Amino acid sequence: MNVKHFMEDRLLVFEITEDLDHHSSEIIRRRADYEIQRFMPKRVVFDFNRVVFMDSAGIGLVIGRYKTASSFGGKLEMMHVNENLRRIFEMAGILKMIPIVESLEKEKIG
Amino acid sequence: MEKQVKNEMKIELLSKSANEAFARISVAAFASQLDPTIEEIADIKTSVSEAVTNAIIHGYNNTEGIVKIKAKLYEDEIEIEVSDTGSGIENIEEAREPLYTTKGNLERSGMGFTIMENFMDELSVESIVGLGTKVVMTKKIKKEGTTY
Ligand SMILES: Nc1ncnc2c1ncn2[C@@H]1O[C@H](COP(=O)(O)OP(=O)(O)OP(=O)(O)O)[C@@H](O)[C@H]1O
Ligand SMILES: [Mg+2]
Repeated sequence: MNVKHFMEDRLLVFEITEDLDHHSSEIIRRRADYEIQRFMPKRVVFDFNRVVFMDSAGIGLVIGRYKTASSFGGKLEMMHVNENLRRIFEMAGILKMIPIVESLEKEKIG
Repeated sequence: MEKQVKNEMKIELLSKSANEAFARISVAAFASQLDPTIEEIADIKTSVSEAVTNAIIHGYNNTEGIVKIKAKLYEDEIEIEVSDTGSGIENIEEAREPLYTTKGNLERSGMGFTIMENFMDELSVESIVGLGTKVVMTKKIKKEGTTY
């Protein structure tokens, strides 16, 4: 996972670079919570651009970070969600709570 | 007519989370003999990952055990069996409900069985408390175009 901080926007981006399963999500979770607690972002974005595979562990990971971010008053979004991932998120019914955005920029302007 | 088994394989793994990727990639590679679409391969990988993860975290509760995976190829279908000799499931019907989980504290979402059900064509779950759990799932691999 690559972590990007955008200071002036209090934006934190987690770019996931590995397959998301039970094994990898536990490692990502620890790092992500550490970053959120340290940076206290207004907005956290999971970028799934490089994720080819994901199972239900991805749902738990995203919901868990939604909770961490919320506890600091931040919101959570996702981007670059491919069709496979989208099907899984839809099945879990979390897209209302954690929306998919087109890009980082659009939101900043809008 | 009896369905004819064209090929068969068996893998046994230690219940370590690092083996989850190995398990799904191995089954997907085996399934590729049926010439599935990318979509079908993705469904198989996800379902195997769900079943193997369940054996590791629920069946063995992260203690050491053996997860068995068997796969059979038929003309246009794959059958995958994942079993453990762990804790077993008390109420299978309840366990298969969407969002039902006994490990919410570990960030499980209770969507594993729902995903397997949706991504595969058939799913059967047998379990005996104290003895273990066996999940059998099948998926039709649609043949498109001409075969040579
Ligand atoms: N192999 C197994 N051995 C014992 N119990 C199991 C096994 N597989 C599933 N279960 C039980 O069934 C429940 C539901 O399983 P399911 O895979 O749907 O959700 P989960 O594993 O809790 O969460 P998720 O898969 O979304 O991370 C589990 O919480 C567990 O109680
Ligand atoms: Mg599960």
